[in-house]
This record gives sequence, C-alpha cells and structure tokens, in this order.
Amino acid sequence: MNGFFDIPSDLQHSWFGLIGLHLREALLPVLAGLVAALPLAQLCVRFRWLYPPVLSLTTVLYAVPSLAFFVVLIDYTGQSELTVMIPLAVYSLVVLVPAVVDGVRSVPPETLAAATAMGFGPVRRYVQVQLPIAVPAIIAGLRVATVSSISLVSVGMLIGNQGALGNLLHAATVYHRPELAVNSVVTTAALAVLADGALVLLRLLLTPWMPRGARRRTPRAARPDATAPAPKEAGR
Amino acid sequence: MFGAVIRMESVTKRYPDGTVAVDRLSLEIPDRSITVLVGPSGCGKTTTLRMINRMVEPSEGRILLDGVDIRRQPVNALRRSMGYVIQNAGLFPHRTVVDNIATVPRLLGWSRRRARARAAELMERVGLDASLGRRYPYQLSGGQQQRVGVARALAADPPVLLMDEPFSAVDPVVRKGLQDELLRIQDELGKTIVFVTHDIDEAVRLGTRVAVLRAGGRLAQCAPPAELLAAPADAFVEDFLGADRGIRRLSFLPSGGLPLQKSPVVTVDCTAEQIAARAAPGLPYLLVTDRDGRPLGWGEPEALLAGPPDPARLLPHGRPFEYGSDSLRAALDGAVLSPTGWAVAVDGTGRVLGVVSQQTIGEAVRSAHAGSRTAAGSWDRVAG
Ligand SMILES: Nc1ncnc2c1ncn2[C@@H]1O[C@H](COP(=O)(O)OP(=O)(O)O)[C@@H](O)[C@H]1O
Ligand SMILES: [Mg+2]
Repeated sequence: MNGFFDIPSDLQHSWFGLIGLHLREALLPVLAGLVAALPLAQLCVRFRWLYPPVLSLTTVLYAVPSLAFFVVLIDYTGQSELTVMIPLAVYSLVVLVPAVVDGVRSVPPETLAAATAMGFGPVRRYVQVQLPIAVPAIIAGLRVATVSSISLVSVGMLIGNQGALGNLLHAATVYHRPELAVNSVVTTAALAVLADGALVLLRLLLTPWMPRGARRRTPRAARPDATAPAPKEAGR
Repeated sequence: MFGAVIRMESVTKRYPDGTVAVDRLSLEIPDRSITVLVGPSGCGKTTTLRMINRMVEPSEGRILLDGVDIRRQPVNALRRSMGYVIQNAGLFPHRTVVDNIATVPRLLGWSRRRARARAAELMERVGLDASLGRRYPYQLSGGQQQRVGVARALAADPPVLLMDEPFSAVDPVVRKGLQDELLRIQDELGKTIVFVTHDIDEAVRLGTRVAVLRAGGRLAQCAPPAELLAAPADAFVEDFLGADRGIRRLSFLPSGGLPLQKSPVVTVDCTAEQIAARAAPGLPYLLVTDRDGRPLGWGEPEALLAGPPDPARLLPHGRPFEYGSDSLRAALDGAVLSPTGWAVAVDGTGRVLGVVSQQTIGEAVRSAHAGSRTAAGSWDRVAG
C-alpha cells in the first residue's frame, strides 16, 4: 500500500513517534489509576460500607463522555496530553478498584489470620501478603483497563491532535488518504494485543506459585492425603 | 528457649453483638506441657486461644505470661514470641516452603541466609524432605502443608505454641503421624503448648492436661487425661468423653504388671513331649513361635502332635502387645481380637514373652481401678 507509513508532517511525528506517544498517553493513565486504586481498594476492604458508594462513583464517572471531560479540563490543562490522560485514568478505576478489591478478598482467611498471628502489622500485611496474592486478579483488571485505554486514546484527536495514532483518522479524511485510517486501526489493534500479551507474561513471571494447567490436577490426584481444600485460587 | 507459664485470670470475652464467647475463665497453663482446650463447636476455644496472642482482646480479666500482663509489651513483639498453627495450615501460597518457614525470623530482622538455614533445620525437625523446600504450598499434600505450618510456628524458637485444630482437616492416618511428630518434638523442645481441638480422642492422646469447656465458654473441668477419664466432674464432661470412656481409660494403665503364662508356648520344631507337657488349664491351644521366638499362631495340641505344623493352618494370633510399654488397652484389644481369647505379649524385638487371658486382664483392670479410687490421676501416661 503506497504511503502507508508516510505520515503527514502536520502530525509532527514519525510512525514510531506516534506509537510511542500513543503508548504513553494510554499507559500512564492506567498506571496512575492503579496507584490510586491500591489504597482506595484497601480502604474498601477495611471499611466494607465504603465499597458500594465507591463502586457507584467509579461507574458514574465512567459514564461521563470523554468530550464532557475535555470541555471542563481544557480550561485548566489546555489542549495537552494531560487533558486526554486524566479522563482515561478516571475510567480505568471502574475496572481496577473492583479488581484489587476482589483480589485482596480472595486471600484465604486462614492465611490472613496466620499473618496477623505472626506479627505482621496492617501495612506490612497488605504489601507483603494481600497484594502479592491479589496479583492475578489485579493483572486481569489491568488487561481490560490497558486494552480499553489504548483504544480510547484516539478520541484525543478531538482536542487539537492529541490522539496519537487516532490523529491518523483525522488526517485520512483531510488528505483523502484512506490508507492512513487503516494504519491507525491496525496499529492500535496490534498495540492492544501486544500490551495484553506483555501483561499475561508479567503475570506468569509474578505468580510461579499458582497451580497451572496439567500440573494442577495430576499431582493432587496422586496424593493419598490431599484432603485439605486447596487454597483459593485468586482470579481464576 | 523453653516454655513460659500462661495464667488466665477470670477472663471474659463479650463480642460487640453481645455473644459471651468466654465466661470468667481462669486457667493456669504450665510450661513444658501440652494443655488441650477441648469442647463442642462454638464453646469459645478459638476465642480463648486468640486472647493469648491478643488477636482478640478480653472484655474483662487479664492474662499473664511469666507473671507479666501480656498488654505490657508491644502486640507484634508478643505475637512473634508465640508460634501459631491453624487448620489448613494457612501457609502463604505465594512463598516457597523455605520462605514460609523463614517468615518470623525475617520479621525479627535475621539475615536471609540465617533465616533460610534455620528453615532447613526445621524442615528436618518436622520430618520434611529438604527437596520440598523450593516448592510452593499448592505442590504439597495436606499433611505436608500442616508440617510446614508447625515448622513455621517453631522457626523463631518461641516459648509458646498456640495450635487451633491444626490436624482436623487431614485424614486419620496422616493425623496420627502428625500427632506422634508433635509429641516427639515436644519431648525435644519442651514448649508451652496450648492445643485446641473438638476431638476428645486427640485431646486425651496429646494432653498433659485437658481443659473441657462447655457452651458459653465456661470451664467444666481441667485435669490430666487419666484423671479426666477416671473421674469426670459432671454429667456434661462424662457425656462429652463418650460411651467408651472405660475402655479409653485403659490407655493409661501399664501392661507391665500383668502376670504372663509362659507354658502354653512352643516353637515350631519342638518335641512331642514338650507339646504334651505344655497345655494350660482353660486353654485348648498352644501358641506356636518360629525358631527366633516370634509368634506364628495358635494350634491344637493333638494337631501339633501329628507332625510339624503348617503355619498357614494355625489360628491367627491377633496383634501382640509390647509388654511394659503398651497399655492394658492394647493387651485387652489383643485378647478380644484373638480367636482363643488370649493375648500375646512380646518384647521390644517382637519375641514372645508369654500369653495372658481376657480374664487375667480383667482382673488387672479391676485392681487398677480400685487403686485409682484412692489415688486418682497419679498414673503416668503410657504410650499406646
Ligand atoms: N467476631 C465475632 N463476633 C461475634 N461472635 C463471635 C465472633 N467470633 C466468634 N463468635 C462467637 O463466639 C462463640 C465462640 O466462638 P469460637 O471461639 O470460634 O468457638 P470454637 O472455636 O470453640 O468453635 C460462638 O458462639 C461464635 O459464634
Ligand atoms: Mg474454633
């Protein structure tokens, strides 16, 4: 396809430049969302009454169209990347908060009791016991948040070409070059798939302690005294 | 480090919803012993145990550790000085066996290397193969997980060990192994162990002293197991001990005093004269042993006179008891299971010392019980 990678100069970026920009605008908000979700979820686990209102709030915020966010934010942050990233970070909370809460709650009660009985304080217990065990659930949430964030970045083109790869869609109409639209869609999709794959890999690296696949059944069945219920498997 | 004395003084726990889980419980838990808290489900055993490491705070009363109120030291320091073992082990699923065991030493600031070395030492102590160290808990059987739980509780050599139904979720054979292991470890280490169970058999088997709780968290009786079985304080305790209390009591009576009969025992290669000379009154059989003196089975004298006995055609001798180290219960069991009604006594190497009838065992039980009425609880416990 002729001119597939020939990016119009008013976008001020090469194809690779656009990819870098796109990843930054998509991933930084997810990271920020995670940083906010971790303590928020811990509060929701500790004070059970807090969880339903927090959940409703994140859902309502998720329902606010990005355009509405842009209109409000543009007075403060202007036509910048930040204006795109703030709503994305807010959106990510709708998956990340429940993911962390579910993950933390999946810790077996006897494991928690054991940690307390061994003299773990609440913070140490959260960081060293609850969070690591919540990793599978958290990464499951991160996968959804990341993929949706990568596709949502494109709307940034509405506020002065802040949509990274999404800007190619606009350029495709302006310059009558449909191949740019194809480039935008295909590249965005490829990024989403790659990011998702990277997260799956990360989970495998972080959770060597999880039973998986065939290993899960065969050795257990072969044991005569495997009567104790297996520990709850988080997020599977 | 050896154990410490725990003293509960009129301790009451009222939960916020009004449930009185423990009611004015006073208990002296001596060091270097296993004190078992036993009682029906919901009677406040877990609550009592958790008040000792302050996972639950008493509403009234106080708990002293070696004479000092447990509230006088920081809560996490207190907990690190008390090992805690629970049902299903409660291992950290995300840590290897070695790192699970090394948890408290690490919390106490030991270097990783020293903590791991200590963990390896403890794996050996609780009977775990060193090769399991790098595994994760899901790769272990229930019994192995429980051993890791015990090793983890012992890692920082705490004077006190709190155990909440630790062996309830494993099958009976594995449970017996774990109980034996605990008794062996306790012989070596001499901790103050508080052990919670709802299983009276486990309580009687493990306890130096057994505290029976009734619903509402009130102490019904606290006594050494033999005394508990001999003289339950009231109908509740008697009922809780179960219908075969009398039989179970025999576990605490030694078999060493039984008069053995040596005459009705012959070796396979004995002569006709020997056979003819050895019949005992009331016993139409002779016990045949191999040349080393190990029991083969019972045979009728006439059949034995007819020629060398075929071991397959002898009557089974049942399970022999080890004279002196097994209890009267084992002896009676052997006699009841034997087709002749006579039990076979062997020495530590399995050689026959003699035989004893149900009737003789019954007489020994009667005289032991008569003696116990004057000196209840003075028996030393006997294995088996
Ligand atoms: N956190 C709690 N809040 C209210 N009631 C409780 C709580 N924990 C235990 N209880 C009640 O206290 C009683 C004793 O409980 P527990 O100590 O767990 O008994 P056990 O271990 O002997 O089965 C039970 O009636 C139980 O329902
Ligand atoms: Mg309990």
